[in-house]
Amino acid sequence: MSTEGLTHHISSRYNEDLERLRASVLEMGGMVERQLQQAVGGLTEPDEQVIVRVAQEERRVNQLERLIDEDCSRILATRAPTASDLRLIITILKTITDLERIGDEGEKVAAIAARLANRERPNDRYRELRYLGELVIGMVHDTMDVFARLDTNLALSVLRRDRIVDEEYEAIHRQNITFMMEDPRLIRRALDVMWVVRALERIGDHAKNICEYAIYLVRGKDVRHTKLEEIEKELRAPKS
Amino acid sequence: METRVRSVQSEPQSVGFAPASDIDSGVIPIRASGRGLQLAVDESRRSAALSAPVKARVESLNFFYGENKALKGLNMEIREKQVTALIGPSGCGKSTFLRCFNRMHDLTPATRYEGRIMLLPENMDLIAPIVDAIEVRMRIGMVFQKPNPFPKSIFENVAYGLRIRGVRSQIRIQEEVEKALRGAALWDEVKDRLADSALSLSGGQQQRLCIARALATNPEILLFDEPTSALDPIATARIEELIAALREQVTVLIVTHNMQQAARVSDYTAFMYLGEIIEFDETSRIFTNPGQKATEDYITGRYG
Repeated sequence: MSTEGLTHHISSRYNEDLERLRASVLEMGGMVERQLQQAVGGLTEPDEQVIVRVAQEERRVNQLERLIDEDCSRILATRAPTASDLRLIITILKTITDLERIGDEGEKVAAIAARLANRERPNDRYRELRYLGELVIGMVHDTMDVFARLDTNLALSVLRRDRIVDEEYEAIHRQNITFMMEDPRLIRRALDVMWVVRALERIGDHAKNICEYAIYLVRGKDVRHTKLEEIEKELRAPKS
Repeated sequence: METRVRSVQSEPQSVGFAPASDIDSGVIPIRASGRGLQLAVDESRRSAALSAPVKARVESLNFFYGENKALKGLNMEIREKQVTALIGPSGCGKSTFLRCFNRMHDLTPATRYEGRIMLLPENMDLIAPIVDAIEVRMRIGMVFQKPNPFPKSIFENVAYGLRIRGVRSQIRIQEEVEKALRGAALWDEVKDRLADSALSLSGGQQQRLCIARALATNPEILLFDEPTSALDPIATARIEELIAALREQVTVLIVTHNMQQAARVSDYTAFMYLGEIIEFDETSRIFTNPGQKATEDYITGRYG
């Protein structure tokens, strides 16, 4: 399935509706990605105001989610979409839920970043958080690319990276437990770090979900709750 | 053009429909014990569809209007007590195909059948010249686009087929008429006015009367040729309800231009184009993830 296949409806208004929807989802994805960059940036560069800007963006994301929802309902009601059109609408409806939650998680990160801003920072200035944050931002960025270009190979790459995120999460988790046991004065900071890592890990999961929806859109096959190896196999096989 | 027909074989292994094997492959191992969770409302209906015996088998069917080959080597299996929908653009041959099943073409000069349509289990070839067309039409009823009741009373419309069959007993005829009218979900509306002219009924009622008339002779297959295209949405919904109920007792084959109708009422859908069956599969699959680009283009309303 190619994206240009989506532009040949007999009804040009239907085409326009679907195109506009796709564009809105990409716009929403762009906002969420910006939000994340600001939030993660706030972790490394002390910035008390980061939460204000991120929260502003978050309100716009929520607004867009509602608009897209409304458009989808209207198309379902008036066009009764089928086949790839139907899969597109379903994919969009689910995608924006995950995008909105990525936004929520980003806001959490920003709130903690603002709090950490006027507290003493560790020597490595949260190096591991920056690494994980950039990994996750890259995933979100590529996820929107997957949606824009319906690129299932890129989707696979995001799914693979989610495994790394999970491993990182485990590692940082263990590290912070060690810190807390060694020096109880660090508990407060370690807990904040844990909240951030948890949020980033969740963002990875949401990106993974969206990539799975995109695979459904392209292949017509539901690959949620499926082992990565099986998804790889499915994508190598010709479309059934 | 390559024809994709998933359900042609009647051997047990033909249960291997793609979506069913998804469940087999353990992707959704939700069924814990006993009947377990029902994943979808239609799940039971679907397993019935997968195991239903074949009622009619179309074998290499060609049909000619004079020199014009309107149907080109069709192969298909119609499953018993299932609803099979035929969709496709105008002129694709779906009505021509439907009409073969009860020999409606016999009246058109210079037409010719090739191949076979076997009615199971007795293996009667519906289009063989030696088979009596009247006999075929007794067993395979048809409902047309426009309601076409006889200009007789409501009662006589339904009794007509029985009388032709030689049923003489008044009591028996009365019983059968009531049964057929009930079967067509019309009884309660007409029971007090059975002697009125059928033409006094509304369009939707007339169409249900035609269904009752077809049901009265206990057909094995009912053919519907665009049965609701002349009806308003409420009458349409009633007919669709009726078709859903009818599949408890009879095999249904329906031609419709209304894609959503095919999606709503049928278990299987065949997409036809230029006299060929392009794709034949479970309806749920045709409408969510068709295998052929031509099918996709047609049902989503794109240029071919």
